[in-house]
Amino acid sequence: MTEFLQQLINGLALGSILALIALGYTMVYGILRFINFAHGDIFMLGAFAGFYLTPKIAAIFPTPSILSGLLVMGISMAICAALGIVIERFAYRPLRRSPRLTVLITAIGVSLFLEYAGQLFFGAAPKKFPALIPSYPITHVGGLSVTSNQIIVFIVTALLLVGLRFIVQKTKIGTAMRALAFNPDAAALMGINTDVVISFTFALGSALAAAAGILFAVNYPAIDPLMGILPGLKAFVAAVLGGIGNLPGAALGGIIIGVTETLVAGYISSTYRDAIAFGILILILLVKPSGLLGKKEIEKV
Amino acid sequence: MNFRHAKTFLLGAIALCFLVSLFENQINSYWLFISYDIGVNIILAVSLNLINGYTGQFSLGHAGFMAVGAYTAAVITNQFGELNFFAANGVFIVALVAGGLAAAIAGLLVGIPTLRLRGDYLAIVTLGFGEIIRVIFQNMQSVGGARGYSVTHNYTNFFWTFGLAAVTVYVVTSLVHSTYGRGFIAVRDDEIAAEATGINPTKYKVTAFVIGAFFAGIAGGLYAHSKQFLTPDGFGFMQSIAFVVMVILGGMGNTIGVILAAILLTLLPEGLRALADIEHIPGIAQEFPLSWVGNARMVIYSLLLIVLMLTRPQGLFTLRKLKIKN
Amino acid sequence: MKIWRGQFVAGAAVLLLAGCNKPSGESAANSDVIKVGEFASLTGSEATFGQSSHKGTQLAIDDLNAAGGVLGKKFQLLTEDDQSQAGQPATVVRKLISSDGVVAILGEVASSRSLEAAPICQENKIPMISPASTNPKVTEVGDYIFRVCFIDPFQGTVMANFARKTLKLQNAAVLVESSSDYSVGLAKFFKQRFIADGGKIVAEENYSHGDKDFSAQLTAIKAANPDGIFVPGYYTEVGLIALQARQLGITVPLFGGDGWESSALVPIGGKALEGCYFSTHFSPDSTAPEVRNFVKEFEAKYHETPDAMAALGYDSAMILADAMKRAGTTDGPKVRDALAAAKDFSGVTGKITIDANRNASKPAVILEIKNGQFKYVETVAP
Repeated sequence: MTEFLQQLINGLALGSILALIALGYTMVYGILRFINFAHGDIFMLGAFAGFYLTPKIAAIFPTPSILSGLLVMGISMAICAALGIVIERFAYRPLRRSPRLTVLITAIGVSLFLEYAGQLFFGAAPKKFPALIPSYPITHVGGLSVTSNQIIVFIVTALLLVGLRFIVQKTKIGTAMRALAFNPDAAALMGINTDVVISFTFALGSALAAAAGILFAVNYPAIDPLMGILPGLKAFVAAVLGGIGNLPGAALGGIIIGVTETLVAGYISSTYRDAIAFGILILILLVKPSGLLGKKEIEKV
Repeated sequence: MNFRHAKTFLLGAIALCFLVSLFENQINSYWLFISYDIGVNIILAVSLNLINGYTGQFSLGHAGFMAVGAYTAAVITNQFGELNFFAANGVFIVALVAGGLAAAIAGLLVGIPTLRLRGDYLAIVTLGFGEIIRVIFQNMQSVGGARGYSVTHNYTNFFWTFGLAAVTVYVVTSLVHSTYGRGFIAVRDDEIAAEATGINPTKYKVTAFVIGAFFAGIAGGLYAHSKQFLTPDGFGFMQSIAFVVMVILGGMGNTIGVILAAILLTLLPEGLRALADIEHIPGIAQEFPLSWVGNARMVIYSLLLIVLMLTRPQGLFTLRKLKIKN
Repeated sequence: MKIWRGQFVAGAAVLLLAGCNKPSGESAANSDVIKVGEFASLTGSEATFGQSSHKGTQLAIDDLNAAGGVLGKKFQLLTEDDQSQAGQPATVVRKLISSDGVVAILGEVASSRSLEAAPICQENKIPMISPASTNPKVTEVGDYIFRVCFIDPFQGTVMANFARKTLKLQNAAVLVESSSDYSVGLAKFFKQRFIADGGKIVAEENYSHGDKDFSAQLTAIKAANPDGIFVPGYYTEVGLIALQARQLGITVPLFGGDGWESSALVPIGGKALEGCYFSTHFSPDSTAPEVRNFVKEFEAKYHETPDAMAALGYDSAMILADAMKRAGTTDGPKVRDALAAAKDFSGVTGKITIDANRNASKPAVILEIKNGQFKYVETVAP
């Protein structure tokens, strides 16, 4: 039983990070109907931003500390948000009216570019992510171990989710995002500046990915330029699982994938761990393509 | 299409390939094997073009079919030792066809469940299937798993490679330009309208997958007997992307364009390599740390991809403009 | 018909290109440099190992040239990147041999990529020295294929003996990187020996290259209650594995092979690695002058401490030069014979003797991680 609960905790921690990345995917897809393959690499860049920022921030506010942690995360999120806007502006916007496959390939190109440029500029070897947040002694309750870093992941993810929900439901730009997701043409006709809203969506998604990157790096302190590939793919599956375009769905999907994968790796076989994500993906697309929380889309003739 | 002449050309091309393969030993081994890569990529690109270009199904798992064909053909020929000329070639073609058939079955298994999916979803599911195939081979200890599988015989030569490439082009083109073939294009252009006019989209989609997979399997068999070593990692997502790029560059549905794109994209890394060779000149070597050029090659490739999609998404070799979705 | 014209044009173009490049008739013996080819994964998923071994090899070539070269000629190292991708080694090695006219090939770290290139070298009678491929099959390809590293059977056995006899472990768990044949091979021989010595394997889990989260596997291992965990993987994952093992409350020692050796291991794993052991080729705190010299030069040139791959890359080039010197020529068959006869060659990775199977017979060194440093424990002779 202890083992099961432990696996559960591990899975939840992993799942929370996946959820944060999945949110970015689902937001972009909801509005643009397009899978941003480069999203996983923004996650990676967030981690690297943190890596390079920490020594600079530490010069003013010594690490490890909560304040420096917040600062580093905040600035990384801002950097990646800006990056997201730039990528959208130059690589995706010109193709807004092009066939889906063209944009897909462009996204793949951007992803590859970020990865290889990362290997070029950061070096391919894994780097040690500095101790950003104070790591408190591990709690051993009845044989279970939860690290303070894992608890931070839960808290930050929850806070960001709440913040996101607030933005999407209660602010003007959030409403504009939802309008665009519902019907882009009508939204434009209602006077919504499509370009600004889309840029904002990318910025938001990228910021979340950056946060996920920092949280991930804090928990698994070895970062490298290719670290975003697998989490990116799994987060995408999570987004589809939850219902693509559906925010709570993405979060739910992330948790489910994280837990399932951990349980399968722990109890059945870790060899097939990567295939699990794809297996779930295929299953959900065959059984309920609109995802767990998604609505069925009627195809208009 | 003048079909009588088509068959003559086909036979002529095959005869030419046979002649060339007799003089193989005179040709620089590096370029000779590059030409094999070109032939294999032509088959893969043209077969993928049937699925992606003509039938409009985004398949990102083509490397998986190639893998099935490669391993199947390799396992079959590995059962035999040294054989004389006729027996060897006989075994080879049987192995290739068997590989193609195995891949076709895989194509069937992938095609049927994915029927209801469109666009991005289909792309991701086919990607998923491709990865699952790769993971299966990675865990299949009988063919070496992650450690790889040695292929004893290097049966691939110019004749087989380009001869089969010619056959592939012939089959795919004839198919698409036939009355039956109109169905593929109808499904691509507007599936619902096609259904309304009595065409069964399911039949065409599955057929496209099966035929495309079959030729991908044959290409895999040729690849196996050229590289002589197979690892599951060589048939992953990146490979599938490379083939899709060939189809896109060539112009979806444009067979000549796709062939030219396959040739171009096979030669491009070698061209970039030749560029990197500049620093092999003593004197320059010390100023350029090697990883700059080595890494920059892939950065250039990815940038090229982006720029191409932005500037000429209809492909380099297509004259008509791309349809704009409204 | 346009399509056929296209095919003809394509075929003709390729033939033209191919014809233009006749096999390099004039051998490198006539020119005033010795061309040595190297293929490595400079980019892609295994770039860290390829870049490492390349740096070592390059340093060796530079050292050799600074000392005047061999046989009166300087070396020219032609390096090609195989991007960690299958299918590439065959292409680049063919290029190096047929177009660039190299007299020997150095490479690769990954056994699967060495296996792809080896038949080509063998066929062309070009000696090939792999710095770090450990799959026994590599040198079995033919008599022109050599290596300067341990093979799995030896290292796996070394660690099994150490675990049973020195650490006195009864039950061991194994955590393998299933996508790496180095790891799989090492685990296989470790298990064989450990069980033969009376030990018991209580758990076996696996992971893939690039994984960051091992809590699932470690939790399962913890439940099996082993006395020690054998982790025959690479430093890129071992650091994290150790961290997570301690976080989960696993206190038993971890131990592994030469894949652990890297200056990046301890920064990532930190205190979690205290009291852990691994086998490797050389001890960075060895007092042998070659090693001290090598480490100093490497740090001066690249601003980082060399790891096992770099040291092996260095030795592969050095032993090649030594063989050429002894053979008195760069001629393939003679260099091959000289390599096969190499005995007690003083490499930075130890005294290398090439055995009958063209593998390096040399002692292994077992290190313990103490106070964040690698500390020498014992040497195990072959």
